[in-house]
Amino acid sequence: MFKDTEHLIRLAVVIVIAVAAFVVLRAAVIPASFGQYGHYRGAAIAEIAARPIAFAGHDVCEGCHTEEAALKKQGKHVVVACEACHGALARHADDPSALTPPKLDTAVLCARCHEANSAKPKTFPQVVTADHSGGIACDTCHQPHKPKIEDEKPAGGTK
Amino acid sequence: MDITRRHLLVLLPAAAVAWKFVLAGTPEASPNYKLSEHWWSMLIDIPKCIGCGSCVRACAEENDVPDGYFRTWIERYHVADWKIERPEVESPNGGKQGFPPNEISGGKNFFVPKLCNHCVDSPCTQVCPVGATFVTPDGVVLVDKNYCLGCRYCVQACPYGCRFINPKTNTAEKCSLCYHRITKGLTTACCEVCPTGARQLADLKNPKDPIHEFLRTHTVQILKPHMATGAKVYYNGMDGSVR
Repeated sequence: MFKDTEHLIRLAVVIVIAVAAFVVLRAAVIPASFGQYGHYRGAAIAEIAARPIAFAGHDVCEGCHTEEAALKKQGKHVVVACEACHGALARHADDPSALTPPKLDTAVLCARCHEANSAKPKTFPQVVTADHSGGIACDTCHQPHKPKIEDEKPAGGTK
Repeated sequence: MDITRRHLLVLLPAAAVAWKFVLAGTPEASPNYKLSEHWWSMLIDIPKCIGCGSCVRACAEENDVPDGYFRTWIERYHVADWKIERPEVESPNGGKQGFPPNEISGGKNFFVPKLCNHCVDSPCTQVCPVGATFVTPDGVVLVDKNYCLGCRYCVQACPYGCRFINPKTNTAEKCSLCYHRITKGLTTACCEVCPTGARQLADLKNPKDPIHEFLRTHTVQILKPHMATGAKVYYNGMDGSVR
C-alpha cells in the first residue's frame, strides 16, 4: 500500500507506549478513592472521622457519677456539661485510673462565666468578684453543682 | 496458557466487576453512620452568649489547635448609638481567656461566636487546585491534610476568615465541625461545653431536630448572605452591625 509502512509502525508503537505510560502513571498517582464522592479523596472522610475524641460527653460522666448528676439536676447548673468546668476527660472515662481530674480553683473558674461584663446578657447572673467575695474561693459559700444558697434571703446586690 | 475466545468472554466481565471494587476504595469507618442521612449545621443564639471562651478552649483541646490560631473564636462588638456601620470589634486571643470588663460605656455591647459556616457553595473548596478540601455528602467542609499542598488559596478565598495554615504541618486547617465526634453520635466539643446553650449542633435532615421549630419561630440570619455562599451557621438575634 504505502512505500514506507515501517515509519508508520514506528510512530504507532511510540504513541502506544506513550499512552500506556500515561495510563499506568495516572493509575499509580491518583489515590484509589479519588472521585468516590466528588473531586477529592473519598477515604479522607473516614480518616478524619477516625480521630480520637478528647471530650467524653456528659452522658458518659453521668453514667458513673450519679450523685453529682442528681445534685446538678436540682440547680441552675443542670444545663452546664461536666467537662465545661472539669476539662476534657475522655481518657478518664476510658480508664478512670489513667487520669485523675485536677482539683479546680473556684475563684478562677466561676469568674470565667460570672464576672460582670457589659456585653453579657442582662439576665445572666453576674458579679464583680472583687466586691462580691474579695477573692475568696466561691465554693466557701456556693456548692458549684447546685449554686443557689439554700437559706438565702431575697438577694440584694449579690444577684 | 493460551487465552481462547471462551476464556476471554469469562474473564472480561469478571475483570469489570473487580475494577468496580478497586474504584470504590475503602468503606466508611463508622458502620452505623450513613453519610446520606445527615446535613449538618449549627445554630448560634447570640443573646445567650456570655463570652466565657469555653468553646475556644475546648476546640483547641479537642483538635490540637496551635496557640494563636483559632478554628472558632469569639468577638465582642461595641456599637455606639447609631454607628451601626462602624462597630468596634475586639477578640483578645480569640476570647480564649474570656474578655476583660468593658470600659466603654453607652451604646450596645454583645458577643458573637464565629466558626466555619460549612457553606454549601463554599468559596474555599472551589479554589482548591488539588481537591484537598471538599464538602462531604453530609454537608461538612473538610480538609484532607494528606493531600493539601499548603498553597493558601483557600485561606484567601474564605470570606469569613475561618482558615489558617497550621505552622506545624504547613497545611490548611479549619473547623471540621468535630467530624470525628458527630459521626460517633456526639455533639461538637464547643457545643458540649457551652454553658448557656448559645451554640447548638443541628442536623437539618433529621425531622425531629429542634432546629426546624427554632428556625420557624425566630428571626435568624446568616453571615454575609450577599456572598451567596450557602452558609449553614444560623445566628439568632444578630445585630445588623455584625460583619
